[in-house]
Amino acid sequence: MVPLADPAFPDNCLTRNEWICGRYYSTRSHELESALLQHLGIVVASVALGLVLAIPLALLARRYRKLEGIIVGSTTAIYSIPSLALFSLLVPFTGLGRRTVLIGLGLYSLTVLVRAILDGLDAVPAEVREAATGIGYDGRRMLLRVEIPLALPAFMAGLRVATVSAVALTTVGSILDYGGLGDLILEDATFKAQVLAGSVLCVALAVTLDVILVISQRLLTPWARKPRRRAVAA
Amino acid sequence: MGAETSPTGGGGVNGVIDWFRSSEHWHGDYGVPVLLGQHVLLTLTSVLIAIAVGFPLALWLGHRHRGGILVINLTNIGRAVPIVALLALFSLSVFGNSYLGPYGRSGLATLVTLALFALPPIVTATYTAMIEVDPDVVEAARGMGMSETTLLRRVELPLAAPLIVSGLRLAFVQVWATATIAALVAGPGLGNIITRGYANNQTAEVVSGSLIVAFFALLMEIGFLGLQRAVDPRPRVTV
Repeated sequence: MVPLADPAFPDNCLTRNEWICGRYYSTRSHELESALLQHLGIVVASVALGLVLAIPLALLARRYRKLEGIIVGSTTAIYSIPSLALFSLLVPFTGLGRRTVLIGLGLYSLTVLVRAILDGLDAVPAEVREAATGIGYDGRRMLLRVEIPLALPAFMAGLRVATVSAVALTTVGSILDYGGLGDLILEDATFKAQVLAGSVLCVALAVTLDVILVISQRLLTPWARKPRRRAVAA
Repeated sequence: MGAETSPTGGGGVNGVIDWFRSSEHWHGDYGVPVLLGQHVLLTLTSVLIAIAVGFPLALWLGHRHRGGILVINLTNIGRAVPIVALLALFSLSVFGNSYLGPYGRSGLATLVTLALFALPPIVTATYTAMIEVDPDVVEAARGMGMSETTLLRRVELPLAAPLIVSGLRLAFVQVWATATIAALVAGPGLGNIITRGYANNQTAEVVSGSLIVAFFALLMEIGFLGLQRAVDPRPRVTV
């Protein structure tokens, strides 16, 4: 047992490896902050990448129904590849680091997002489309003014799933030293205060982003705020 | 970035073939057979635990058309909790990181984590499958005087079977995939090949390990798709 007075081994919550440690938070707040910001950056960038790819794919699948099976099928196939394996299989093409993590996570969100966009557009009632055609909407205007607003709830549900999953999956990126809070957790998996702080922040980030998306959905779809009875039973 | 430091280090096809042909990768505590055994055992055991806990619960809730909020929340929580964090927390605290027989290092912590991860897909699929059984059919069965248990066994369960199997597929594939991550926290399983490859900058090893994991995941997907068709009681209609 190290004597308490030994200056080389100060007796504090860090050296005692306690779960909750004020000294840890005060001395490492910079590390926590930068890991959190990196995590957030990875999530936003990868979901944005997924969106950029998902929108044209979904519109393509919708215009050419023959392609729908191929597009939905291949994005689902990506989803069944284990995350660690997906990152690893990308390494020969995208190198070790940032790019691999972003592309890997982007591909995962693709699956959920393509489905969500298609589900959303399919949920637009045919009568509404007909009525819109009747009053002169067509092509892009129909998509922007009628279909997209009505597709929003299903799409936002998918975006929430994609975002929350991305927050959790980002930790795996730590195998490429680019895992945000995952790097903190895995840097030393015996360092209790750090493991707990990283984990709690990770869940908190997922919840916060989810709440932000729920609020923006409510702001974007003011007509859906009052619960209405659905005309047709599901 | 130093990925191709040795003749077998490259991630190209030749490097991967060399890796698979090298006999040292097939023997010892960290050889493919041992790690594959751990991986299979971990996946099977944890999914079976999750089935034992989640299936009866979801079946009952679905039969009674109750507890939808519980099921949705379970799924949401499952999505938000990172496996890396849970595994690290478990092996640091209650379950420790000691060896557990054929399950390998941190065996118990890994097992519990994976079982928790298998729970949401099983519960959600079973519950949804039960809820989506045509209410007219259920009513007709009740009208014919079926008891609740007979109704559950003879009508609801067979009709729900394909969706339940699809939930099992999801659980198995997800757990199989997630078990790879155990190696990040010094746990057992095939993930060790991948992490070892990263540690030694051997891209070929990383790719080879990933191919083994992905190959079996694909095999499982195909097997379950067949099973899903086999359990569907409805006559096949060509549209």
